[in-house]
Amino acid sequence: MTDSTNVTDNVPSSATDERLLTTDGVPLKQKLAQTTRRMRMRAFMLTVPLVLFLVISFVVPIGQMLFRSVHNTAGTDVAPNFAAAIQKWNGEGLPSEEVFELFAKDIMASQKRREIGKTPGKLGTRVNYEFPGSLSLIKSAARKFKKIKEGPYKEAILKQNKKWANPTLWRTLKRVTRDYSPSFYYAALDLKYDPDENLVAADKIYQIYVSNFWKTLRLSAIITFLCFLLAFPVSYLLSTLPLATSNLLMILVLLPFWTSLLVRTTAWIAILQSKGIINNILVFIGIISDENRVQLIYNQTGTIFAMVHILLPFMILPLYSVMKTIPPSYMRAARSMGATPFTAFRRVYFPQTLPGIAAGTLLVFILAIGYYITPALVGGADGILISNLIANHIQKTLNWSLGAALGTILLVTVMVLYWIYNKLVGIDKLSFG
Amino acid sequence: MASGNTSADNAYVRFEKVQKSYDGEILVVKDLNLNIAKGEFVTMLGPSGSGKTTCLMMLAGFEPATNGEIYIGDKSINHIPPHKRGIGMVFQNYALFPHMSIGENLSFPLEVRKMNKTDSEKAVKRALDMVQMGDFINRRPAQLSGGQQQRIALARALVFEPELVLMDEPLGALDKQLRERMQYEIKHIHENLGVTIVYVTHDQSEALTMSDRIAVFNDGVIQQLSSAESLYEHPQNAFVAQFIGENNELHGIVEEIEDDTCTVKLTDGTTVKAEKVNVDNIGDKTLLSLRPERVEIDPTGKMDALLKGRIEELIYLGDHIRVRMNVAGNDEFIAKVRNRGDKRDLKEGQSINVGWAASDCKALDG
Ligand SMILES: Nc1ncnc2c1ncn2[C@@H]1O[C@H](COP(=O)(O)OP(=O)(O)OP(=O)(O)O)[C@@H](O)[C@H]1O
Ligand SMILES: [Mg+2]
Repeated sequence: MTDSTNVTDNVPSSATDERLLTTDGVPLKQKLAQTTRRMRMRAFMLTVPLVLFLVISFVVPIGQMLFRSVHNTAGTDVAPNFAAAIQKWNGEGLPSEEVFELFAKDIMASQKRREIGKTPGKLGTRVNYEFPGSLSLIKSAARKFKKIKEGPYKEAILKQNKKWANPTLWRTLKRVTRDYSPSFYYAALDLKYDPDENLVAADKIYQIYVSNFWKTLRLSAIITFLCFLLAFPVSYLLSTLPLATSNLLMILVLLPFWTSLLVRTTAWIAILQSKGIINNILVFIGIISDENRVQLIYNQTGTIFAMVHILLPFMILPLYSVMKTIPPSYMRAARSMGATPFTAFRRVYFPQTLPGIAAGTLLVFILAIGYYITPALVGGADGILISNLIANHIQKTLNWSLGAALGTILLVTVMVLYWIYNKLVGIDKLSFG
Repeated sequence: MASGNTSADNAYVRFEKVQKSYDGEILVVKDLNLNIAKGEFVTMLGPSGSGKTTCLMMLAGFEPATNGEIYIGDKSINHIPPHKRGIGMVFQNYALFPHMSIGENLSFPLEVRKMNKTDSEKAVKRALDMVQMGDFINRRPAQLSGGQQQRIALARALVFEPELVLMDEPLGALDKQLRERMQYEIKHIHENLGVTIVYVTHDQSEALTMSDRIAVFNDGVIQQLSSAESLYEHPQNAFVAQFIGENNELHGIVEEIEDDTCTVKLTDGTTVKAEKVNVDNIGDKTLLSLRPERVEIDPTGKMDALLKGRIEELIYLGDHIRVRMNVAGNDEFIAKVRNRGDKRDLKEGQSINVGWAASDCKALDG
């Protein structure tokens, strides 16, 4: 039996450096590329609809969002000449008479044009983001400026309202009349300019975004972890049951997918509210008194409850599909070699489920971090996530640039997390099922 | 290793009236009684679904016996969990842990036994050398060929020196050549280590090659338990005769019984003498079993049975010639004629006489 190793060992033949040629003398690689080109072309054509769809529905909107977060034309739309002129001002004292004149004329012209989105109010809103209290001043400026019959404009304007004499206002005007600026990112990071144009932390009551980002990350992590805790035993059970039973149970797991998100979330309201099922039961059993009902909804608890429920299938599916492929003989082999059930599980079964855990965790975490509807319905003031703030800016305050900046930061955060995750786990090791 | 029956007294592994049902309706194993001596190599051989794996699983502790007792040594193991039974096991798909290297796979059973590191490394190396895989200690199972994985599985089942090793079709996935070589290797390892091996296969040549004794399973019952030779030479019933080796069958009715021979009237009216194996009464239906190489064509000496036949087909196979004939209404009657080089002129369609000794013709249950 001594020769048997020689037979079974595969000694890899050392790679030769010579280029292989076909019988016609054409390099083999080139020939191969030729023959496969048509095939690849055809395969590519099949993906064209998807590529187009992705470009239109994904790349373009995201590009727009990125663009909008740094591009805001409120200044140049309303007062184009003034915008160009004030950029030359060095920021000391007040701008020159010429700049004041252009400002007055631009404002009056824009008032006369009455173009939607290009009225003085638009500029006022923009300035107000960075210099609170200036909205009405600029909005009413056109009406007031009309009374000025002739120059010098600077003197006349300063006389009308002493707020115009504040250099900070003009420095802010200079900043906001640039088309491209990072100021919305500063706002999204709870920063502001002080009167000397230095970036400083925003006032305490305006510091909402960074803390909300952290809260979003924290809640997403908690939700992911809870999903894992709940999904692991369920998936294990599903994977060990006979196919007919496990399919039936799988339908139950997937059932929530077929129910409207809204309906499911509303069901949680019925269950969790202070006169809801859980509180009623707790009061009935006598664990809590009627006056001290627990606040389970419209706070972070409500968000966690409802989102764990909604995201659970995304954890179960990859886990189940990985567990399904682990034959029972591995555990049996471990047991036969003397491992207790727990050791066999820890050393043999669990490590093999890691690709599923990694995929499920990633899926749930990334879904959670951008979730909107559920926190909006059951989160109250405390349980809302960053996407609710973004939606607020897009739908209510109409500060799209700030919404876009927040969205971009969220996107970058997710991408950085994904990158770290890839470094730690290796994306090729994931198994989504 | 004694080929005779192991008695209950010196048995190492003992199945006593074991029954097994998965669903409460069908008995997959029916009243199994089996004694295996220490150091013996016993093979369970049988068609698919005959309950071989089930028996192995009951012995290893992964399936509870529905009824009856299983003993190892003197201890009933019915209530001992698998990890305390100390049984080595080789699975059909090898079950090498894919996330561990070969070395880690082998040290796993030693680790859970809390063996210290130096001893463990030595034992792993010894086991790997035994299967000539010493160079592969750092590879992953996925980087090995089927045959190599099989060796590792074998080494892993042996590394913690169990006294009993179970193997469930360990060579099923290998090609014929590799399978034959592994058969010898397993046999040699068995001889060198003196472990008790219970081996499952449905490949009869594998069973014949390796085993001290073979338990032929069918339908949850051991049909016969004996050495390879006696299975072939003295089949106890029709199933064993058909399952082991090639076999000519003739149907008939018992006409006369005297001592251990009987006279049987075949379906076409001729009578022949045969060895009485398990027919009891005159008038019983019987199946005569006759090995093709024991059939003589145009015999010159005196024969116990002499029948007329007609050659249907000749197949030249080098060392012998297969002759298919029509004998007593059975046109699948085969004879193997040794190729002596003396150019016997057999032709298709030719009428010939066939004969055999009564002791080669077994009268079995019909
Ligand atoms: N887990 C199980 N649940 C229900 N029935 C089972 C189970 N395992 C096996 N059986 C049934 O028990 C019978 C015997 O199965 P077993 O696996 O012991 O056969 P086997 O002799 O090992 O066959 P093979 O040679 O195909 O491996 C079969 O009819 C099978 O369908
Ligand atoms: Mg089997």
